[in-house]
Amino acid sequence: MPASATFPSATAAFRGGLKSALTSAFFLVLAGTYIGMGALAHGFGLTPWWLALSTVLVWAAPAQVILISSFGGGAPLIEVALAVSLSAVRLFPMVVALLPLLRVEDTRLRDLLLPTHFTSVSMWVESFRLLPAVPREQRIAFSNGLSVGYMGTAAAFGFVGYYLAAELPPLLAGALLFLTPMSFLMSTARNAKAMMDQLALVLGLVLGIFLTAADVQLDLLWTGIGGGTLAYFAHRLREATA
Amino acid sequence: MTTAWTDLFPYVALILVGYLPNEMWRALGLVLARGLNEDSQIVVWSRAIATAILAGVIAKLIVFSGGALGAIPLSARIGATVCGFLVFLAAKRSVFAGVLAGEGALLLGGWLFGH
Repeated sequence: MPASATFPSATAAFRGGLKSALTSAFFLVLAGTYIGMGALAHGFGLTPWWLALSTVLVWAAPAQVILISSFGGGAPLIEVALAVSLSAVRLFPMVVALLPLLRVEDTRLRDLLLPTHFTSVSMWVESFRLLPAVPREQRIAFSNGLSVGYMGTAAAFGFVGYYLAAELPPLLAGALLFLTPMSFLMSTARNAKAMMDQLALVLGLVLGIFLTAADVQLDLLWTGIGGGTLAYFAHRLREATA
Repeated sequence: MTTAWTDLFPYVALILVGYLPNEMWRALGLVLARGLNEDSQIVVWSRAIATAILAGVIAKLIVFSGGALGAIPLSARIGATVCGFLVFLAAKRSVFAGVLAGEGALLLGGWLFGH
């Protein structure tokens, strides 16, 4: 991407975004994550079309993993809804931070509906890296192209993972299922730069194992609220004494 | 339960407990896109909860795995996770290197167990 990228039309800006998506590092991460997700959907008895629809509608890998694994585990629906909702809270500040980058004075609300729905970690990180070089009035088209590229990649590799899991010998199918927790663990650890986030990650891992082993109801909910709040107060305490 | 309901259930559940509880945060962001910043305390606290819940999901998938992954011994899964994470740290936090190393270690562990 050059220091500044001006496109002759909105369609060209859309194509420019699409091209950036297919050539970025996130392409590989998304492909791996959604191959794993396809294998997961296969393991829990869901159809590949269900997975594709969930990719288009939910478009958040953590929420999708919670959905898939709790349908198989037979968790109460209200718990699934709460866990999905808690996992998605991070989308709120992301949208709040992103929209000012896309907006011009006469931008209509409906032009922001698609970028709002498309907001996810990969799109958000890349938008902040690439959009400043794009002229303001072409940013929505560029960002939509970027997002369509990512979403298409994810949906396509979901099918690949599903059919691979169905055909592969058990050990390789097991390795595919291992892709999701591995890529989540590493990308969460990479994003956890502050002490609070690292502590929340460690506490969540420990509490998640402990509460599941103890067969506690609403285990994910307590893992999130307990681990997250402990990490938050440790961070406040450290700031107060620093 | 009828067959039609059994077939439709995952799709209805996807909308009700997947799409709606997830999308409401994006919608709220669109409506309240001013006033709050990344440093406000409620945003920081919710980030910690989101991270912990994601970590809980990761731990459950590794320790209480089902299907083909569950057939690989727990010691191999834990060992592979540790291996992958150490390589991730050694390779300047490269997700790609870490995942590759973890997968390699899991395949080796699973293969040794099977022989």
